[in-house]
Amino acid sequence: MSFLETVWKIFEENWDLFLHGAWIALILAVLGTIFGALIGFFIGIMHTIPLSKKSFKTYLLKLFNFILTCYVELFRGTPMMVQAMVVFYGLYAIEIELNRFIAGLIVISLNTGAYMAEYVRGGIVSIDKGQFEASEAIGMSHFQTMLYIILPQVARNILPATGNQLVMNIKDSSVLSVISVVELFFATNSIAGSTYRYPEAFLIACVLYFIMTFTVTRILLLFEKKMDGSESYRIELVTGNKPAKGGE
Amino acid sequence: MSVVIDIRHLNKKFGDHEVLKDVNFQVKKGEVVTLIGASGSGKSTLLRCINLLEIPTGGEIFFNGQNILEEGYDKRTYRTHLGMVFQHFNLFNNLDVLGNCTIGQIKVLKRSKEEAVKNAMKYLTIVGMEQFKHAKPRQLSGGQKQRVAIARALAMDPEVMLFDEPTSALDPQMVGEVLKVMRQLAEEGNTMLIVTHEMEFAKEVSDRVVFMDKGVIVEEGPPEQVLVNPRHERTREFLRRTLNK
Repeated sequence: MSFLETVWKIFEENWDLFLHGAWIALILAVLGTIFGALIGFFIGIMHTIPLSKKSFKTYLLKLFNFILTCYVELFRGTPMMVQAMVVFYGLYAIEIELNRFIAGLIVISLNTGAYMAEYVRGGIVSIDKGQFEASEAIGMSHFQTMLYIILPQVARNILPATGNQLVMNIKDSSVLSVISVVELFFATNSIAGSTYRYPEAFLIACVLYFIMTFTVTRILLLFEKKMDGSESYRIELVTGNKPAKGGE
Repeated sequence: MSVVIDIRHLNKKFGDHEVLKDVNFQVKKGEVVTLIGASGSGKSTLLRCINLLEIPTGGEIFFNGQNILEEGYDKRTYRTHLGMVFQHFNLFNNLDVLGNCTIGQIKVLKRSKEEAVKNAMKYLTIVGMEQFKHAKPRQLSGGQKQRVAIARALAMDPEVMLFDEPTSALDPQMVGEVLKVMRQLAEEGNTMLIVTHEMEFAKEVSDRVVFMDKGVIVEEGPPEQVLVNPRHERTREFLRRTLNK
């Protein structure tokens, strides 16, 4: 039997395990990116609240922001694989037994959140000061300015980075196999172990990972285009105006 | 005529640099006042202090008799009474033309969407931009953007319109369309405070011209006095340099 025939045979016999693994990887990546983005937006907003006078509230906010900064630095500065071990077995040690999938999701979300926080902060800082001034000048509060004017622009600007993060998460979900989350890597590893066909099984995993990341990238590109809208716009003829004549 | 804005002993420092020194002046209802002066003379800072984009370091600003710098004064509501037009337009990039002119009405003045759209369309028609209500800012020329920005400010139905060098960032051929709109607003009796370098325009529309230099008001009065027969040497010097450019 040729190599490729063996590959196909292994896939035929274990396709449900492979696809289930791929599904878990995808779900972890998508949910992790969504939760991570929410964390990132929250921290980005907290870090850009203008601090006015010295008051108790200001000190409280500074302290809170310091804690958030610690979180960001810690999660950006350590490998996700190690974070997974610490979170899962650490909680286990204090007798909190978390579902492995949930533990994995928490780790991937916190990890993504740490990166997204920096994207969002950078995104807010890079918005032209005039946008803030104009909305302040019409009487909007800082909160309204953020919600209606700044964050929609930030969301659009960081969309490519978020897409990147999603692709990374699809691939990096594989490290959650260390806490036995049955995602694609874990599934492939068990299939390879039971058939003694390591190269064949992992070739299949490769293809499945690539299909997922490639599809996600394309979808995100389409989404970006849709968000930008068309480059042309309708000119509304107001009643009473003569319709424009051609050829003049 | 009642005094709308009354500024007393206004001071503004950026660090050690004193940008405004003991500025006193008033704007009356229905008056069109232009602020002229060289770059760095403090005229833009004065305008920005009036709507609190810059916080004055000293002095008082009264709006319809109330001191707006007092602790506890509702600064957000106060700002809705002033319409601000910026040098760089500052249209909201994520909203289309109509959205730019309705967001403040809906979110700040709590008007209904129908009312806001109706009001926005009224002012977009005045500035001649009603046909572009679905365009995004990036699709417009500078002059068009500035006209939308004027409509956005007007749509809040402010008591005073503030213009911060509204034509300085425009290509020469677009200056005219913006000045035309402003001239119309002046004729309709709007209260306007304009920082500008357009001397001809200032001469034509102003009830009063204020000349500033190095953070102080050097001379103020009717345009035919300040711009044609200035009393102060500094004003004469400034006009000589500006008009011979």
